[in-house]
Amino acid sequence: MLYSDKVMDHFTHPRNVGKMEDADGIGEVGNAKCGDIMRMYIKVKDDIITDVKFNTFGCGSAIATSSMATEMIKGKPIAEALALTNKAVVEALDGLPGNKIHCSVLAEEAVKAAVKDYYDRHGIEYDSCVFGDCEHCPQCDGA
Amino acid sequence: MIYADNAATTKTSQTARDTMLRYIDEIYGNPSSLHSPGQQADAALWEARGTVARCLNATPKDIYFTSGGSESVNQAILSATALGEKRGKKHLISTRFEHHAVLHTLDKLAGQGFEVTLLEVYHDGIVRLEDLEKAIRPDTALVSVMFANNEIGTVQPVAEIGRICRERGVLFHTDAVQAAGHLPIDAMAQNIDLLSLSAHKFHGPKGAGVLYARKGIVLTSLIEGGAQERGKRAGTQNVPAIMGMAAALEEACRNMDENNKKVKAMRDRLVARLSAIPHSVVNGDLNNRLAGNVNMCFEGIEGESLLLMLDHEGIAASSGSACTSGSLDPSHVLLAIGLPHEVAHGSLRLSLSEYNTPDEMEQIIQAVPRVVAYLRDMSPVWDELQKGEREYALQ
Repeated sequence: MLYSDKVMDHFTHPRNVGKMEDADGIGEVGNAKCGDIMRMYIKVKDDIITDVKFNTFGCGSAIATSSMATEMIKGKPIAEALALTNKAVVEALDGLPGNKIHCSVLAEEAVKAAVKDYYDRHGIEYDSCVFGDCEHCPQCDGA
Repeated sequence: MIYADNAATTKTSQTARDTMLRYIDEIYGNPSSLHSPGQQADAALWEARGTVARCLNATPKDIYFTSGGSESVNQAILSATALGEKRGKKHLISTRFEHHAVLHTLDKLAGQGFEVTLLEVYHDGIVRLEDLEKAIRPDTALVSVMFANNEIGTVQPVAEIGRICRERGVLFHTDAVQAAGHLPIDAMAQNIDLLSLSAHKFHGPKGAGVLYARKGIVLTSLIEGGAQERGKRAGTQNVPAIMGMAAALEEACRNMDENNKKVKAMRDRLVARLSAIPHSVVNGDLNNRLAGNVNMCFEGIEGESLLLMLDHEGIAASSGSACTSGSLDPSHVLLAIGLPHEVAHGSLRLSLSEYNTPDEMEQIIQAVPRVVAYLRDMSPVWDELQKGEREYALQ
């Protein structure tokens, strides 16, 4: 089997899927040419991510990593969400095939992009190094 | 489970299975042995060669048994180029949407000093004869054009290509893996010099194939170590699989018209109903096409998630998305017919056989629009298309 049971569970029953009209921050990463885009919406109160939703265009693991990432940051302080690594998402899903690791990278980047958008919108100062470059996915640069 | 991935492989027929069991249980001799059980097996192989030759209108002596399509294709191309090289001919012609068994072999040859011209296949997925005429040079050693494409099912003008190649004195190989047992093949009339086929695409077993090489074409061995297959393919023949293949091919050719009529009716119903999904397209020419092939793209979604979701609904299909190919680029076939990357990612191939039923088509017709709508609802690309923030590529 290509995917673990946990990946298939999150793929077939994605958590927190949907749009959020009154989001405090929205992050979008990836591009359609490469075959995956993730958009993450967050609602923030007192530095806590009170709600999170996602929309994803992509393969089974792109949908599953988005779903898992939202579960891992919902109800958590922003600092904890920013500390979420793609490795943690992969581990929580009981692993991903080697050629799908970039999906977990996108999930990590989507969370960071949503937080950055929240900071920007609300005029909150931050260390830009935390966010790196989220404008494109490195996997596709050579493609 | 509704099995709609017959271009990938087919269910082994009862006929093939029963034939194989006989050559496992009863006639198990080594065809190279001189004793009676061996000679019995050897006689059986000649019988199979005769059966395959009749299906291709070829001579039994020109039929070589291999492990399958990829091996046949490799041997055909490497043999033709070895012959060409002896005469200083180092130019090869093929098409942009061949199977990787062809394209990767050509890549290897390009690294060894051969020059490769890949013909365009245009939006309809059909090679143009005038392009071929123009591409042939005095130093062209081989033209390799597939009989029918494995992803979009488009059938190439093989007889005309064969005629042109014969007139110009160039060897012609056709990868007939998708065509054998599904379309009439006449190696003589179509001027085919080399032809590859694989048993498991017409309800035969996996692990058996044929390379047809017209008399006078000296093959290069890929495997050394024995005199089997007239010294061109060492290794004890897989007698049960070869016998199953011959039985399956004979059955497929005998029932070809009837099967195609049944399969095409189901295919046409799928195409008619699934094309009603907005912002979708049927890929490739609909007339010159394998009877069982449906290949579509749905804008705003990605093919692997579509195929996994259909699997979850009990439908086995295939996709040319990057994620299913193991690379980052979507299907080279869909890109060759001019689809943009983002559309090619959202492809679905349904390939039918005579074992499918009209009732299964109704279930597919119910499931596909539901799954497409579900994935579009989740897709930020679809959201942008609907809001007018991104332009539709498919109307």
